[in-house]
Amino acid sequence: MPDSTVVGLDHEEQHHPELLHHFAEPQQQRDAASLGMWIFLSTEVMFFGGLFCAYLIYRRLYFGDFGAASKSIDATLGATNTAVLICSSLTVVLAVWAAQTALRKLLIGSLIVTMLLGMVFLGIKAKEYKDKFEEHHVPGASFSFDHVPIPGHPDQYANPRHAEIFFALYFIMTGLHALHMIIGLGLFAWLLYAAWKGRFTPEYHTPIEIGGLYWHFVDIVWIYLFPLLYLIDRHP
Amino acid sequence: MYFSVWAALLLGTFITYKVAYIDLGRFNAAVALTIATIKALLVALFFMHIKGAHEKLLKLVVISTLFFLFILLALSMADYGTRTWS
Repeated sequence: MPDSTVVGLDHEEQHHPELLHHFAEPQQQRDAASLGMWIFLSTEVMFFGGLFCAYLIYRRLYFGDFGAASKSIDATLGATNTAVLICSSLTVVLAVWAAQTALRKLLIGSLIVTMLLGMVFLGIKAKEYKDKFEEHHVPGASFSFDHVPIPGHPDQYANPRHAEIFFALYFIMTGLHALHMIIGLGLFAWLLYAAWKGRFTPEYHTPIEIGGLYWHFVDIVWIYLFPLLYLIDRHP
Repeated sequence: MYFSVWAALLLGTFITYKVAYIDLGRFNAAVALTIATIKALLVALFFMHIKGAHEKLLKLVVISTLFFLFILLALSMADYGTRTWS
């Protein structure tokens, strides 16, 4: 029969092309995606949580050694990196807002600035790691942290074995964070490509929102890493 | 509003950095962690849009995450904090 048009099977019907078939409406699809991201982030919280827990236990035990080891890291570079990440978080929310209001130039610009700030962060991090390698503060066979006095105790020196635990935690925690930054840069490169292609509209920009959630989470981890690793016992 | 949150975060970073060089005795760590928590809350509430989120499930996920992190840290520290080390 020529007039047997089956309702609902026509793929050219009037819904947004990005709305997948197992969702009733765009709002439901958005909520499901963001809920999924939040659940992923909660597993990430527990992932980093274990490291923070190890850090707390050893910091309580070897506070003096941790303080002395922490002082050998350049806190100004750490503070600069914190500011860089905070600025990148601002450009991420600007990108989300630009996607909502269909401001293409602002969206692409914000994504590019976010990625540039991410690279600045990694560059400063690389400089820090280079300093640590040159000072032989990397845990392993060539590690040395001898005759570093602990303030307040003129003839007491930091125990190199305990300082090594601090540097092990420093490298694991900042290294894992830097790995997250690199993954974030990859995600944002893809977002930039899709934004360039004009895939995002005020009705559909879930990837920007979700990528933004990831970036902010990485920022929050750094907000805790900075005072915990760089600013132990700094005062004279 | 985003710009005021951004300015507050930068101010918080500056204060943590400066305060670390002042001797507050045992309160140095407390001040640093309080400022870090305020900054994390600002990012989560305003940048990650938890404030104004209409989904109750999302709030459940966030609260249970914090709860499990609390169990992880609090019970571990209750153990290690009360051991006698020989």
